[in-house]
Amino acid sequence: MATKSNNPIIRFLNINTSGEAGGRDLPLWRQLLLQLLTLFIAAEVMFPIMYIITLSFSSKSTRPSSLELFPKEFSLVAYQQVLDRPTANPVTFLELLRNSFLLSFGVGALALLVAVTAAYAFSRFKFKMRQVLMILVFVPLLMPAVGLSTPLYLLLNSFRVADCGGGVIAISPFMSCAQGLGRVYFNLRDSLWGVGIAMIAGALPFAVWNLKGYLDTIPKELEEAAMIDGADANQIFWRIVMPLAVPQLAVTFFLGFIGHWQEFVMPWLFLSQPKDYTLAMTLYNMTGQYANAIPWNRFAAMAIIVAAPVAVIYIALQKQIISGLTSGGVKG
Amino acid sequence: MAVKTRVASLHKANLKRAALPYYYLLPAFLVMGVITFYPLIYQVIISFTDFQTKDLFKQLASPELKFIGFQNYADIVTGGLPVQNFEFFRVLTYNIWWAVTNVMVHVPAGVLIAVLLNTQGLWMKRIYRAIYVLPVVVPPIVVGTVWKNIFDEQYGAMNQFLTIISGWLGAVDPVHIRWLNEYTPPIPWLLPNGPLTLAYYAMMIANFWLGWPFMTMVATGALQSIPKDLYEAASIDGASGSQQFWNVTVPLIRPAMIPAAIYGFTLSFNLFNFVYFMTAGGPARSTEILVTFAYDLVRNLRLYGVAAAFSVIIFFVALIVFLITNRITRATESYAEA
Repeated sequence: MATKSNNPIIRFLNINTSGEAGGRDLPLWRQLLLQLLTLFIAAEVMFPIMYIITLSFSSKSTRPSSLELFPKEFSLVAYQQVLDRPTANPVTFLELLRNSFLLSFGVGALALLVAVTAAYAFSRFKFKMRQVLMILVFVPLLMPAVGLSTPLYLLLNSFRVADCGGGVIAISPFMSCAQGLGRVYFNLRDSLWGVGIAMIAGALPFAVWNLKGYLDTIPKELEEAAMIDGADANQIFWRIVMPLAVPQLAVTFFLGFIGHWQEFVMPWLFLSQPKDYTLAMTLYNMTGQYANAIPWNRFAAMAIIVAAPVAVIYIALQKQIISGLTSGGVKG
Repeated sequence: MAVKTRVASLHKANLKRAALPYYYLLPAFLVMGVITFYPLIYQVIISFTDFQTKDLFKQLASPELKFIGFQNYADIVTGGLPVQNFEFFRVLTYNIWWAVTNVMVHVPAGVLIAVLLNTQGLWMKRIYRAIYVLPVVVPPIVVGTVWKNIFDEQYGAMNQFLTIISGWLGAVDPVHIRWLNEYTPPIPWLLPNGPLTLAYYAMMIANFWLGWPFMTMVATGALQSIPKDLYEAASIDGASGSQQFWNVTVPLIRPAMIPAAIYGFTLSFNLFNFVYFMTAGGPARSTEILVTFAYDLVRNLRLYGVAAAFSVIIFFVALIVFLITNRITRATESYAEA
């Protein structure tokens, strides 16, 4: 009976999502017991979040000597320092941000562009070798990203431009200097281009899989009607299928984006110059053996900066992401 | 239906259409041919060689490169690698154990919390839902680094928290548990095949934080699709709360939870970022999983031939895992329909 109170605060707190009228009421003692439990769980969830937020708003550059879960001060010093000079390396925050963004955006967009026609072909056409080709595309999905890193490292490493001295320039693997390696101008492996290429290898099969699953759900009748009206296959694809697929294209892109935003395997393996570093690599540099020089308030600020875009995208697309993952799982 | 047959005849009449799907597939296969299939083949070739840093420039044309047959594979399995603290079957067992124990904890916790949140008339439901979803939206690399600092021996929040608790119990000394560095396993018999160090438990705690909210999300969706009449009918028949849970809730959310559990299993099995950022496989490779070790082989040890062989092994392990989980999904699907 307690929940049917006239007290407006209690009515406000009792937000009933099921909208049932006159359902079973919770006895007060049970309500309180359950509230205790749910509050405990909420505390468990909030513990690291509050810890890191508190640290990030602290102006103290010493390490925390006792547990603080609520900010005593709202100092933005740590954020400011991270934005000014994120690491000991001569690289600015904007460069890190640009590298992360270029990789996430470029890989996501390119993978989508290449994947969408393949997904359409698999979803709509019956042709010879369809099964075999589909298995070929989806088999790499089984391989964790690390599994392809060795050959990609070796292959990309063989593309380089070197100055052999005496005005001779050699472009490997087609030419090489007569003696030694020469002075290497450009190594595809040690560049954002190389990392991007390597990341597309992992992103492409996922994009095809994710788009095909969605295209399968678009009713064929629309396309058949268009065909009867005399539209050819390309017109059907561009005028009918693509506009209908826009929401899923966006979801696939953003799913890719948040994945690539945290990509660490390939950049950390490939890149050696601080100017190419990404935010994820910088965050890693702030822990472990390199971290002794970095105050924890700056580390906390960096963690929040790296997490922010992912969190925002995830919260905005929560429903689509969950339904996509679960329905995909059921279909196999 | 008449429309369908007419469309079918149009299909046949249009000979140009026969080639069309291949045009649509062309871009993807061109790209994958160069950056996926060719590297995969290259990987298999390299795995039969003693490829090392000295061969980086000339690669397969390198005069020093030797083809050594299945030596790399044999070395990996029998422990013949020049790498300390690595035994293949221990790491494989640990990897499976790590994934299984995670799922075994995440799924029941996720379901119970979803049921708790689904209680009719519970206050502040929406607020709790919004809070409980937060771990899902934090990137695992951030979760790994933050929890690594939380488990720091001297400055970490966990030891500080335990110090407060032990202070209430009358202890004076601050707690100094070496979460991520202590090698002696606290429960030696738990996994006879290898040490389950404190770092494993620390990672279980951190990954629990990360893992259960996703299961709660899936379970909540499944719970909300269960008709309320079923519970009313059950309670009229005199079923108690726990009977209703086991006989109505569990069978009806099973079709949603099994794919989620399998997804969680494969995710944990290859949880590279989290593991690498939190412990990097340490201490003494006791929390190493297959993917982190493969990475160590390329990035730090630079044994490219061995790394290629190891990746081929990982592929077959992943294939076996996929075939098994696929079979489980199929089996449960027909169970759900029956």
